[in-house]
Amino acid sequence: MPSPVIEARDLRKLYKETAAVDSLSFEVAPGESFGLLGPNGAGKSTTMRMVGAVSTRTSGELSILGMDPNENGPDIRAQLGVVPQTDNLDAELRVRENLLVYGRYFGLSRAVVAQRADELLDFAQLSDRAKAKVDDLSGGMKRRLTIARSLINNPRILLLDEPTTGLDPQARHILWDRLFRLKEQGTTLVVTTHYMDEAEQLCDRLVVVDKGMIMAEGAPAALITEYSTREVVELRFGSERNADAAVTLAGVGDRVEVLPDRILIYADDGEAALSEAVRRGLHPITSLVRRSSLEDVFLRLTGRSLIE
Amino acid sequence: MTASTTPAPTRGALRRGGGVGALYSGNPQSVIARGFMATKSTNYIVVLTGFFEPIFYLLSLGLGLGSYIGSVDVGGHPIPYAAFIAPGLLAVSAMNGAIYDSTWNVFFKMHFGKLYQGMLATTLGPLDVALGEIVYALIRGGVYAITFMIVMQALGLNLAWTAMLALPAVLLIAFGFASLGMGITSYMKTFQHMDWINFALLPMFLLSATFYPLSVYPVPVQWVIQALPLWQAVDLVRGLTTGVLSWGLLIHVLYFAVMITLGLVFTTRRLRSLFLD
Ligand SMILES: Nc1ncnc2c1ncn2[C@@H]1O[C@H](COP(=O)(O)OP(=O)(O)OP(=O)(O)O)[C@@H](O)[C@H]1O
Ligand SMILES: [Mg+2]
Repeated sequence: MPSPVIEARDLRKLYKETAAVDSLSFEVAPGESFGLLGPNGAGKSTTMRMVGAVSTRTSGELSILGMDPNENGPDIRAQLGVVPQTDNLDAELRVRENLLVYGRYFGLSRAVVAQRADELLDFAQLSDRAKAKVDDLSGGMKRRLTIARSLINNPRILLLDEPTTGLDPQARHILWDRLFRLKEQGTTLVVTTHYMDEAEQLCDRLVVVDKGMIMAEGAPAALITEYSTREVVELRFGSERNADAAVTLAGVGDRVEVLPDRILIYADDGEAALSEAVRRGLHPITSLVRRSSLEDVFLRLTGRSLIE
Repeated sequence: MTASTTPAPTRGALRRGGGVGALYSGNPQSVIARGFMATKSTNYIVVLTGFFEPIFYLLSLGLGLGSYIGSVDVGGHPIPYAAFIAPGLLAVSAMNGAIYDSTWNVFFKMHFGKLYQGMLATTLGPLDVALGEIVYALIRGGVYAITFMIVMQALGLNLAWTAMLALPAVLLIAFGFASLGMGITSYMKTFQHMDWINFALLPMFLLSATFYPLSVYPVPVQWVIQALPLWQAVDLVRGLTTGVLSWGLLIHVLYFAVMITLGLVFTTRRLRSLFLD
């Protein structure tokens, strides 16, 4: 196995007394697409900022492309592309100018930057908007421009902090497609998200993070096999009656989980579990049998759902 | 896009004691270039107002009011009133331009545009950003100062050849105000805080011997005013344009050299702790 491009051991970040990130350890191989999945406040962005060499760790070890960000911040940043959680495009500049100027910040020559800018506008499907004002772009276009901008220096590692939050399904699929292409070209991707479908789409491997700590690690499918059953039955009885129904359901499937708005039955055969529930005299308002997802893995690991 | 694997070249980074924020990558010119591009794209109206404001002041106060006042005594020499206030206005406009660029502009970029956050995710260090922003402001201020001095020359208000030195002096003054202003602005979190800056500047503007000589004040008050940067600025520029020279002018230069150094150290530290925590 080639040596990892990112290596973190017992990585910790304290803000005053509170630990935003608490002893994270993980490795990312070159060309891999690695995910950090977790709810709000889990410490995903904080981790990304430390990996991006713009935030100093409180303790632990961190190596990016074989360098320590405490010592070689600029050399590391020269080889990273960063897509922050909230767009920070330069609103005083036009679309193409944003790319030109950003390339110049890396010390690239005018000629190189001009050529890259045109290629990237094409890549982001923004060529016809080259002269537009940034504020006149839609949310999805801004996001694509931010991604294009992050590629101006041909980064070896691309850090994407919630790349598709706030976008409609179509815009998300366009973005995922662009990210796939980069991956095919050998760019290492690090993605944070709290959407399990995004994690399943984009990540070869991921860690589930909660309260600054890693709860589980593995490929999306492997995590589902390990921490959940094949199928899940979702039953809704109305919030007052859920608790009573749960008592009746004891022993159905592998495990029964009671949420404020619904009951989940984990079972390898969902239909059979549903029949059993009906046989026991329950009449849910709605019922649904679906495949397990990373959401269920998260619920199993933390007792909370990913999106509150 | 092409998948070339050449890593981006890094400029020889000047590293002081390591740390996540190596302070300087020798590339403030990219920040300056950004300033020009932004002005061309969107900001040119602000630039034009900065041009005309001091000239209007000079015409109305200097020539209008001056015809009633006659002459003012500078270091034992009688000087026409317009020639007395013109260097004051030049110093004030250098200060105002520098303050505008380093406070409102910087405040906005810091809190709404998140501009510096984006810059510092590249190989730029905080000193590149601070220097780039300040030098860009100085270039603008320099152009204003040149036009204003051309007007002064046309009106016969430059009384000595040393007036030529007023131009570098104005840049020095603007540099001092801009570097300190940017550092102070980094502490401002809301628009209310920004008003405090104006609150501090107004009395300085009115008191700093811009419109009348320092000798009108009682001596203890004179000491206080002499400690203020605007008085230092006005007295320096006035000495040069009127040709009433003294060793005191060198002290003013030193005053601003210290102000620039403190301002840059302070601003760089702040940018680093804000964006490279
Ligand atoms: N600059 C800061 N100062 C103080 N506390 C901070 C700072 N940045 C983050 N935190 C705290 O650290 C914790 C983790 O925040 P972080 O932004 O990393 O979470 P996240 O996983 O990215 O969440 P989200 O999904 O909402 O983006 C939170 O409790 C947050 O309040
Ligand atoms: Mg976040």
